[in-house]
Amino acid sequence: MTETHTAVAAPGGRRIAAPRLARLRDLALVPAIIVIAIVGYLVNPVFLHWDNLVNVLQQQSEISLLVLAEALVLVCGRMDLSLESTFGLAPGVAAWLVLAPGITNGVGWLSGAWSIPLTLVVGLVIGWVNGLLIVRFRLNGFIVTLGMLIVLRGLLTGISGGKTFFNLPDSMIYLGNAVWLGLPASIWICLVLYAAAIVVTGYTRFGRSLYAIGGNPDAARAAGIRVDRMLWTTLVIGSVLAALGGLLLTGRLASVAASQGNGAIFTVFAAAVIGGVSLNGGRGTVFGAFTGILLLYMIQNVLTLAGVPAQWIGALNGAIILVALIISRITSGRAQD
Amino acid sequence: MSAPAGAATGPRPVAAAHTVSKRFGVTVALDEVSLEVSDGHVHALVGRNGAGKSTLVSVLTGLQAPDSGSVEFAGEPAPALADREAWRTKVACVYQKSTVIPSLSVAENLFLNRQGSGLISWRALRRRAQELLAAWEVDVDVRAPAERLGVEQRQLVEIARALSHGSRFIVLDEPTAQLDGNAIERLFARMRSLRESGVTFLFISHHLDEVYEVCDTVTVLRDARHIVTSPVAELDKTALVSAMTGEATGLMDLGAQRPAPAGEEVPALRVTGLGLPGVYEDVSLTVAPGEVVGLAGAGGSGKMAVGESIVGLRRAARGTVELAGVRPKPGSVPAALRAGVGFVPQDRHREGLVPELSIAENATLTVPERLGRFGFVGSRRRGELGAEAIENLDIKAAGPEQPVSALSGGNQQKVVMARALANRPKALVLMQPTAGVDVRAKETLLATASAAAGDGAGVLIISDDVDDLRPCDRVIVLFKGEVVIEMPQGWHDHDLIAAMEGIRD
Repeated sequence: MTETHTAVAAPGGRRIAAPRLARLRDLALVPAIIVIAIVGYLVNPVFLHWDNLVNVLQQQSEISLLVLAEALVLVCGRMDLSLESTFGLAPGVAAWLVLAPGITNGVGWLSGAWSIPLTLVVGLVIGWVNGLLIVRFRLNGFIVTLGMLIVLRGLLTGISGGKTFFNLPDSMIYLGNAVWLGLPASIWICLVLYAAAIVVTGYTRFGRSLYAIGGNPDAARAAGIRVDRMLWTTLVIGSVLAALGGLLLTGRLASVAASQGNGAIFTVFAAAVIGGVSLNGGRGTVFGAFTGILLLYMIQNVLTLAGVPAQWIGALNGAIILVALIISRITSGRAQD
Repeated sequence: MSAPAGAATGPRPVAAAHTVSKRFGVTVALDEVSLEVSDGHVHALVGRNGAGKSTLVSVLTGLQAPDSGSVEFAGEPAPALADREAWRTKVACVYQKSTVIPSLSVAENLFLNRQGSGLISWRALRRRAQELLAAWEVDVDVRAPAERLGVEQRQLVEIARALSHGSRFIVLDEPTAQLDGNAIERLFARMRSLRESGVTFLFISHHLDEVYEVCDTVTVLRDARHIVTSPVAELDKTALVSAMTGEATGLMDLGAQRPAPAGEEVPALRVTGLGLPGVYEDVSLTVAPGEVVGLAGAGGSGKMAVGESIVGLRRAARGTVELAGVRPKPGSVPAALRAGVGFVPQDRHREGLVPELSIAENATLTVPERLGRFGFVGSRRRGELGAEAIENLDIKAAGPEQPVSALSGGNQQKVVMARALANRPKALVLMQPTAGVDVRAKETLLATASAAAGDGAGVLIISDDVDDLRPCDRVIVLFKGEVVIEMPQGWHDHDLIAAMEGIRD
């Protein structure tokens, strides 16, 4: 123990003051979201209209599933870069298998009813392969998923011939298009999955073991947690979520572009870190990750409403991510790692 | 094989290892070692670094299977290695390295993976944790994240967690290494009261005084073999040291052989009115070339902060540091190194070593200019300097290219010392230079410090370990950031410790 520690941590086991604020860290971005809402209203009162808010929520619902997937993987102390390619490839493979050959590249081996299960199975297989390489063969997770990102992206370009799949079967378009109880289905799916993930990560042994693994894998193993199995399961869950997110976007746009998901991983990481999820594992919450992506999309919406020229949106997006990082560093009062 | 002599007196052994052997490649880590720990005893396990203590502990705690021999708990054979749950009910180990999960709360750490089935009720979990800690009289807030615990509290939480699994046999692996004097006393008091309630301890320590203070029985390992097991009362300190080292020598009296320092030239180190509010105040001292001065004090006395201010790891708010007549820029390590300081930082893992680099690279990190010109590093020259360090400091290693992570703690510390000496310092500042090393490595390290003084360096040894201070010509004692007394050589240990603890007569 260093001198400074002894000086601060008093002898005799004096009680450490309960960090009430720690529970509020989850809500660190909520003030920022409120500020953006007010700014948005001042810029253009349309911002707070119900239709616009639904619009923002729907736009972020697909990518927010990627953020959820990445947050789970990050909590375990791992990274999955390939999620953005899974996001495009999973619906792409389904479209390729169900579309008849014609104007788009398709083989037409299966009927349209198979498209949703196919999408999810592709996600599952990708997650399983990631797990095989990272967990079983002990390869470096960052490089494995970087390799997978490139391979999967290439596969999508290969099967689509670089073209966009369209004329998709109804079942494939349904989830991204349907309206349930007055709200788009994709918003419901996103909210339900986030709520489920909040319960699982906060209140179940499975969820808590993810934090234990990310915080100190040796201690987790010593506590009887099956570390490898948990990691593998999480990678599979993450990829399936990415596939589902891709399916929602496919439904909304009624097509699968060869570039679907391209570059999304940067936004995903930014949202997770802004939301308080540590890149070193063991820290951060699903709710925080949700506020992260929501904040980014709200700001983008405000910029659009303010009439910022499209050519400048890219630069502003990057700047927003940096500013949001600074804000969350200040509000959480903790070094980001 | 030697039978444990003292165990026959106690009741049935709560844990026993019978003729256990273990090899790693060509290295024999344990050679037919037997150990019986009697119920309700505090059993000390001592031995130099590399004697086989860690391997024996990992066999006893079920982390490794022995190549031959067996382990028993209360007369029954040990569970299968894969059955962690069963092992946890038999034995628990509090390691030096933390086994808590820093980002999770104390309550969750206590019941990790045992939070109950279905949805977790955090309120119930916290209550169970509070009850558990209250039952063992551990005063820690169960909501606090584990990373905010000090070493002492972390150890208590780990002990409570072990007890909650039903284990009544606890291995403490050098629990006192990172604690200050008062915390050690509190730990011992707790060990005694737990012993009253039927808990058995296997206690590993480098400090032989602690063995005499708190233990009933002691077992000595040396070179992977069992040497002796005896009631502590029947084995005096000299016999214990010679059992550990295999030679009939005690700690050398290092101070005596050196000629008295000259003391009229420019002091190697002069500190004037140094102060850092809240940490230490108005510290002044001088070290003449050839002199060895001790700076003693308990944890929290600010002695480390003084040392760190001298070498530039910290910046003092007031006062000056003068190294051989030069005033280096405060708060700058490169400036201090240029002015001729060499130092051993207090935590070799954090500040001392780059574990994956070789011995030679670590030993020469501070002296690139001696390796080559224009920023290039000559690997042959570096190898020579590394080999020199291995030779001079008696480092047990395959060669200068071996990574330091493969060395034992004592030998790692020698590499840190070699680096401190690499620039032929005029002033040598050693902070806890022998923390966590065995008796022989300690002698080598202190003898090296003395030799550096003999060559004309001024040496400042900063430590709370009385043995570290033996080579000193005089010792300055800090208490709560203030110099309270200066003692010339020939002090009594009792007086020195009393001064460090702030007791005045």
